Amino acid sequence: MAKNSDYLKKKSLEYRKTVLEIIYNSGAGHTGGSLSCVDILNVLYNNFLEITPKNFAKKNRNRYIQSKGHSVEALYTVLCDQGFFTKEELNTLNNFNSHFIGHPTKKVPGIEHNTGALGHGLSVAVGLAIAQKLNKENFKIYTLLGDGELSEGSVWEACSTAHKYKLDNLVVIVDRNKLQITGKTEDVNPIEPLNEKFLSFGFIVKEIDGNNIEELISALEEVPFKTNIPNVIIANTVKGSGVSFIENQISWHHKVPSKEEFEKANLELESQLKSYE
Amino acid sequence: MSEITTGKANLEIFGETLLEEGKKNSNLIVVTSDSRGSGKIVPFGKELPDQIIEVGIAEQNLVGVCSGLAAGGKIVFGVSPASFLTARSLEQIKNDVAYSDQPVTLVGISAGISYGQLGSTHHSLHDYAVLRTINNLTIVSPADNFEASEVIKRAVSFNKPLYIRYGKKPMINLHKKGSNFEIGKASIICEGNDITIIGTGETVQRAFLASRILKEDGVNAEVISMHTIKPFDEDALMKSIKKTNCLISVEEHSIYGGLGECCASLISQAGYNTKFKILGIPDEYMINGSQADVLDHYDMSPEKISDISKSLLNQ
Repeated sequence: MAKNSDYLKKKSLEYRKTVLEIIYNSGAGHTGGSLSCVDILNVLYNNFLEITPKNFAKKNRNRYIQSKGHSVEALYTVLCDQGFFTKEELNTLNNFNSHFIGHPTKKVPGIEHNTGALGHGLSVAVGLAIAQKLNKENFKIYTLLGDGELSEGSVWEACSTAHKYKLDNLVVIVDRNKLQITGKTEDVNPIEPLNEKFLSFGFIVKEIDGNNIEELISALEEVPFKTNIPNVIIANTVKGSGVSFIENQISWHHKVPSKEEFEKANLELESQLKSYE
Repeated sequence: MSEITTGKANLEIFGETLLEEGKKNSNLIVVTSDSRGSGKIVPFGKELPDQIIEVGIAEQNLVGVCSGLAAGGKIVFGVSPASFLTARSLEQIKNDVAYSDQPVTLVGISAGISYGQLGSTHHSLHDYAVLRTINNLTIVSPADNFEASEVIKRAVSFNKPLYIRYGKKPMINLHKKGSNFEIGKASIICEGNDITIIGTGETVQRAFLASRILKEDGVNAEVISMHTIKPFDEDALMKSIKKTNCLISVEEHSIYGGLGECCASLISQAGYNTKFKILGIPDEYMINGSQADVLDHYDMSPEKISDISKSLLNQ
């Protein structure tokens, strides 16, 4: 059942706490990117995907491919909350012989595809979307791409195929946080004008605030935006979103919080959570 | 000696077999990268237009799309020139097929030096070497029409990542009627006690022709088609070596990382002091020419293989 936006906003705060906790405890992780996309994952898993531990083994369901695999801590956090595994299992993150590693693998319940190398997920999603069309099924294929990832040429190869096969069941979401490991995306290798690029590749583009729960719900409810045309949601986000001193800081791409930083971030998030009590 | 018959190109057989299998199973999907002509699957595209996906000249995307189709329950054959498929798309093969355990069959067409004078950009002399290092990927290089057809029939229900390599020249029929084919089990083309000549793919017929020359000189060569490069049929090799203790490997591939080095690793670790010669393409700027001329140039003509066999035996 669809959750209301207050419920989801509270969830996002809780998820942020967990993301920071597992990164802090395991001593590694992609803090900035996980915090920028956690609202997207929250809305997808709680309101749209209908992917559950019960139906995961079936093929006739919606699919989610996380192409920006490095933001796996957000994915683990949300999957844990959906009941795919326990918190105890998640706490083995980055331990020797744990399946919970720094990029998604199918060894972890709820994960669809092994990602980590960038520029791969969209082609796989396109293949899944074509299979759904051939099977005459009405499920949707969602994939989350990073904005730095859009420099990979294979992304645009996949866009061509999505257009050719009229994949209106394909929902591409770009986590447009505008930063990558070296600096600003527009300094490293400019990807703008992004809307026009996707438009010229035959997509319908919707640009939203990707850290705004209502805007995410509204955009995802509108899918497919138009018959026979693939969908892209450019989710403008803030890298490190939700924690004041992590937001928009290049250094937090994969920085692990110190004890003091972890406690400070928790205080910030807990004070916001109080408004939902 | 029995009469030699020549069949079609293995690629032709691939195209025909795939069409037969596609007609039997509408869930079978072929993905191509502007390569249906080279891949001999134009008839497939015409007869089963709903079962072919064309992604254009975009091999990385081809492999990713194959992976997604397989995840969506399809039986998938990705068909693209071996040179591009196994180099440009190597990361997709590694991550989206092998590591993600998607049951995709990747078909490397016009493999080795099949493209002849088109030059090094179009040759795949690296594919065994690079693909052997990737976990969860079976590698098959059929020698003749029988093996070329059987491997496709097996691939339909193989349900694991698979790479098959095809050349484009007509091949001698090496198998008798009623032969068995199994992925992972070498085919013994002819038995012998004096020397083992092991080949894979289109070099097996050269090994076979060399064995006939040797026979006339009283040398009984055992010829093995090691069609499956990985998993390697260690038992078949060792069984033969125990008899002959003399081995020549012949491959249309770099001498690095392929059939020969695989044999060398097994033999040396088993403690044998087998007389041994690896024939393949040496590590140099490769000479230009047709497939036949280039293989001949690098000592892989039947005559040269038989000469090398004799000198090895006399060592």
